[in-house]
Amino acid sequence: MSKANPTDRFYSKDHEWVKDNGDGTAIVGITDYAQEMLTDIVFVELPQTGKKVAQGEPVAVVESVKSVSDVYAPVGGEVIGVNSKLENDPSLINQDAFGEGWIVKMRLSNSAELKSLLNVADYEKLIKEEKH
Amino acid sequence: MKLIFEISKPGRSAANVTASDVPAISIEEAIDKKYLRSDLDLPEVAEIDLVRHYTNLSRRNFGVDLGFYPLGSCTMKYNPKVNENIAATPGFIGLHPYAPDEFAQGNLQLIYEMQKYLSDIFGMAEFTLQPAAGAHGELTGMMMIKKCFEVKGEKRHLVLIPDAAHGTNPASGALCGFDTVTLRSNSDGGVDIEHLKSLMTEDVAALMLTNPNTLGLFERNIEQVAQIIHGKGGLLYGDGANANAFLGKTRPGDLGFDVIQLNLHKTFSTPHGGGGPGSGPVGVSAKLVDYLPVPRIIKNGQDYNWSDNFPHSIGRVRAFYGNFNVVVKAYAYIRSLGSEGLTRVSEMAVLNANYIKEKLKPYFDLPYDRVCMHECVFSGKRQVAEAGVHTTDIAKRLIDFGYHPPTIYFPLIVPEAIMIEPTETESKETLDTFCEAMIAIAREAKENPQRVKDAPLSTPVSRLDEVLAARKPDVVWKKTG
Amino acid sequence: MDYCPHTNDDITQMQAAIGISSIDELFADIPKKFRLKRMLDIPAALSEQQTITAMSDLARKNKLPQLTLTGAGAYSHFIPAVVGHIIGRAEFYTAYTPYQAEISQGIMQAIYEYQTMIAHLTGTEIANASMYDGASAMAEAAVLCAKMSNRTKIIVARSVHPEYRQVLNTYSWANGYAVVEIAYAASGQIDLNALQNQLDDHVAAVLVQSPNFFGVIEDIAPIADVVHKKGVLLVVGFTDATSLGILQPAGASGADFVVGEGQSFGNPLNYGGPYLGVFAAREKFLRRIPGRLVGATLDKNGQRGFVLTLQTREQHIRREKATSNICSNEALCALAAGVYLAALGKNLKKLAALNVYKTQYLKNKLMRLSGWHEVFAAPVYNEFVLRCPNARQVNEKLQAAGIIGGYELHKDYPELKNTILFCVTEMISKEGMDKVVMILK
Repeated sequence: MSKANPTDRFYSKDHEWVKDNGDGTAIVGITDYAQEMLTDIVFVELPQTGKKVAQGEPVAVVESVKSVSDVYAPVGGEVIGVNSKLENDPSLINQDAFGEGWIVKMRLSNSAELKSLLNVADYEKLIKEEKH
Repeated sequence: MKLIFEISKPGRSAANVTASDVPAISIEEAIDKKYLRSDLDLPEVAEIDLVRHYTNLSRRNFGVDLGFYPLGSCTMKYNPKVNENIAATPGFIGLHPYAPDEFAQGNLQLIYEMQKYLSDIFGMAEFTLQPAAGAHGELTGMMMIKKCFEVKGEKRHLVLIPDAAHGTNPASGALCGFDTVTLRSNSDGGVDIEHLKSLMTEDVAALMLTNPNTLGLFERNIEQVAQIIHGKGGLLYGDGANANAFLGKTRPGDLGFDVIQLNLHKTFSTPHGGGGPGSGPVGVSAKLVDYLPVPRIIKNGQDYNWSDNFPHSIGRVRAFYGNFNVVVKAYAYIRSLGSEGLTRVSEMAVLNANYIKEKLKPYFDLPYDRVCMHECVFSGKRQVAEAGVHTTDIAKRLIDFGYHPPTIYFPLIVPEAIMIEPTETESKETLDTFCEAMIAIAREAKENPQRVKDAPLSTPVSRLDEVLAARKPDVVWKKTG
Repeated sequence: MDYCPHTNDDITQMQAAIGISSIDELFADIPKKFRLKRMLDIPAALSEQQTITAMSDLARKNKLPQLTLTGAGAYSHFIPAVVGHIIGRAEFYTAYTPYQAEISQGIMQAIYEYQTMIAHLTGTEIANASMYDGASAMAEAAVLCAKMSNRTKIIVARSVHPEYRQVLNTYSWANGYAVVEIAYAASGQIDLNALQNQLDDHVAAVLVQSPNFFGVIEDIAPIADVVHKKGVLLVVGFTDATSLGILQPAGASGADFVVGEGQSFGNPLNYGGPYLGVFAAREKFLRRIPGRLVGATLDKNGQRGFVLTLQTREQHIRREKATSNICSNEALCALAAGVYLAALGKNLKKLAALNVYKTQYLKNKLMRLSGWHEVFAAPVYNEFVLRCPNARQVNEKLQAAGIIGGYELHKDYPELKNTILFCVTEMISKEGMDKVVMILK
């Protein structure tokens, strides 16, 4: 069964989560539902720090044995850190998508973009619809 | 099984080198030492060990000669032995590609005639045999389309590709700088004509259509499709992967195709070799003849010559003239069968596919229930819903019954797809026993699903860990200790 | 004749099972106006015996030469009998791409072993399961470098095989890349200064060949230095693959990719194909390279086995984002190469040395003919370029004696008038070479 979706963060329709650190930076990852759909993740292509992306642009790539998926930046900004543990152990996303399996840390270019995202309740509604 | 490196022992060899009949010099005299390698770590084995190693490997491999191989869209038909013998004769294998044309008149005539035969069989103006495989032919075809519009000064940057198409189509389009747009299928499995009309503009260079499509269904509206494309000045590209369905029955050129790419290893029975060599001839309508790759063969009287003198050509897509030795086998096949034989190929291939479709229909979901061409596509949805048995499990269980599984999970628009292509070379008895096996597995899926999920149970290795292979790639053996 | 086993009775029964009364009904989806209403315009069917006769008649129209002194990208080498016997096993040659791993362990292990041998021979860490041929392998490497770096210029040495450069031009044009050619120096090696002057931030890759088309061995290490300093990738090809038995591999001198024609390893001349595209690279490019890759893994019981791996690189998954559209490989040619290399083992070095001895022998003899001169001073493997008084006449004289002479370079290099590229392998005896010299005296 999927793990509970934490209430302390925002969600995108493409199944990314973003956790606002409150200091103009945020952590981004993919949801537990997303990792379940992808099955075993075998490789994560991480961006260079310093890379600037607009909201909705690809920021990383996750691969399973039979699929390649872009991770879209749920908010725009600059990549200021990456989870380099994923280079050796991409399964961290499968094990702990909301924690150890985070993907990038970003400096937000416009924190108002956070408001365009979904809250937990809306995101869970979206998953429910997708499952049907 | 041990690797060849693991049975290596210093000092052994399975091939000796003739002693030099010219004075041996010091190598370093001829070649400065800095250019010479210091180590050469190849396996050292005796001939008998070498032969046993590879013979034992071969016993862990499944080919058409061992059993039924209904791999959809791959056309795994029988490969006649006589063609292998013919292609291995010194007259065909011994010539250097730069042998002067007067030394190679037999080869040149063969290539020339093969192009003529293919042009008539497919209704095209001319063929090239240069591409080395189907995908290579596809790239060549798209390059010619790009060139055509470039020469005409038209900027068309889009290519339309149906949702049921093979992934090669978008890749080939993109490698020629085209953006790809997905065209929907209708409920009947054909092109959604309204969607096509809405997408077709003067920005569109071509529609890449497989006909019969990847569902094994003939495009009934092909005339209208061609009119819509040509009406806006676009070109109709045909993926000929499924040509086994219509040999002698209809011709892509007559249907309005401007390009058709073939796979000699599918339609014309050359062996697949465990993944190659193939051969991917491309035929074109009169509109595209100027853009064919060079060199092309010119016939002057009784003589044949290569010529590079075609200024609008896309150039070369590989060195020399293509996979010539594969062409020899396909040529011999066409000569053996003649017109009646080739027509019987498509008739029997289509008969066999429909026979399997009817026999298995009660046991597996059939998403598009209409007359199919050379292959039929089922869905394993029912087995998933009933017992959690997936298509991959059914495929693996078929191995235990002595069959190569069908193509699975393709086309993508059919969930849990099972794509069966029997080909014309299989007997009724083979089809019957295969269907019995499929039906037995469908029953087993209900009664003992775990057994199906554990399959295959009869192979030298059980299911392999693909996740491990992708997470910790090991593509080159490293000596340890 | 055809290969359809059905009897009339079978067909009747099958029609009944389908619920049709004639085969024609199965083709009802083809609009009537498009049905072919005539026979195909191809010769009448032949029996097996007649097919053999017709095909031998064609083969006899070819003239097999007594000797071939042309290499230029295709090489005549002795092929041990074991090679033919192994690739002639139907378990191998009548199989398809190994999609079902459990019943394809044979070809996959053989390819894994081939990848290992190629990586070692080229001095790199990884190699794929093979490409179509040497020319397309080189073009694909260039396209990959451009896609990885987002740069659009490709530099190629003019001493790279002319047909390889033509293939590169075709692939580059399709992708919208510019190709710049670099002249060769008097030695026959690349003009390093000219190369340096062309390197800028737009260059994705530099392509050289060693031995190059003139047979000349390039000095790869300094080229790699210059190229890498500008953040550009180096692709090194080769001509005759047996040279890898004796020459320092380009991977050990800093090449990022080593690509080339592997036909010399156990595959006959075949009038140009099928051949074997060798593609090897540094480990860091593993998840980007085109083509099939076989990887070792474990089965459910912890036993070693092999699978097609890292398929997310490939067109069927990455679709329009793929860097190549290649689906297949030249598996049977790669198998032949693996068997050949395993058969020779360390004797590959002996074989390469034999090629060098014989090449030097003919070169020295020809240079003693009046009016004949060496064109390039740099060392060569088994091909060399000589200038002679009249190249066309030389080849005509040899042809009259049933000998295919060398490759006349002025076709591709107008400045190299009356120069011939000769090739000598172990297939040419001393007697044969002496005869050549006699004819040309």
